[in-house]
Amino acid sequence: MLPIGHYLFLSMALFLLGVIGVITRRNVIVVLMSIELILNAVNINLVAFSRLYGDVAGQVFALFIIADAAAEAAVGLGIIIAFFRNRETVLADEMDLLKW
Amino acid sequence: MLDKVIFYFFAGIAVGSAALMVTRRNAVHSAIFLIATLLATAGIFLQLRAEFIFIVQIILYVGGIMVLFIFVIMLVNLDVALLQIKFARQKWVALVVTLALTAQVGLLFWTTGKMPGQGFPILTAAPVNRLPPNAEAVAKSLFSSYLLPFEIASVLLLVAMIGAVVMAKKRT
Repeated sequence: MLPIGHYLFLSMALFLLGVIGVITRRNVIVVLMSIELILNAVNINLVAFSRLYGDVAGQVFALFIIADAAAEAAVGLGIIIAFFRNRETVLADEMDLLKW
Repeated sequence: MLDKVIFYFFAGIAVGSAALMVTRRNAVHSAIFLIATLLATAGIFLQLRAEFIFIVQIILYVGGIMVLFIFVIMLVNLDVALLQIKFARQKWVALVVTLALTAQVGLLFWTTGKMPGQGFPILTAAPVNRLPPNAEAVAKSLFSSYLLPFEIASVLLLVAMIGAVVMAKKRT
């Protein structure tokens, strides 16, 4: 294994790219995909530290995060489909039903 | 040496296709590049000797979640004119947030480098053979120490499944 800093920098780069995607994209589906990217970056950190300390708990937490990502994707995409059926759009700045 | 080559290969693919994913206009292209990023991350997991997470990443993320995403992109087809509109007008917000986060992490690394004693182990690497056979160890930990969170995760997935069905159901 390389020194842990390499993995931390890789994880930070992926996390920041995900943040840029969440902030700048208008298509809500791509925003959800950016959130998946952020969760994935967190997983790299967990697995790298699990390897560093020889403790398998980090990998178990990575599993829980993957399960969370699956649940989030299912519910989020369900919401997007319901919204598209009503308003015919998936652009974030046209989703203003709760704004007044 | 081989470790280094493998790491930089997969890390380059991961960061490059993540950047492409954020910048492509077409949502399908974004999804394809996200798949490339996730596969490269799976390679990183294998390089870290986490074989079980490697398999779960490929089966669940690439095989499950991304197929769901592509299905929804195909269902929700926008016209071409809408596809041309790329970004919200928030480039500067994104730049400021990214710079702030980078500064925070840089400050963290810089201060921990100056700590007395061990500090933050940024330059240490694990010895070669430290983890037991991976899937076995994960299973032991998951079904003994983390049994309750495991059950809660199953309830969470059930709730998510019901929620997705209710959301996507046609209202009659």
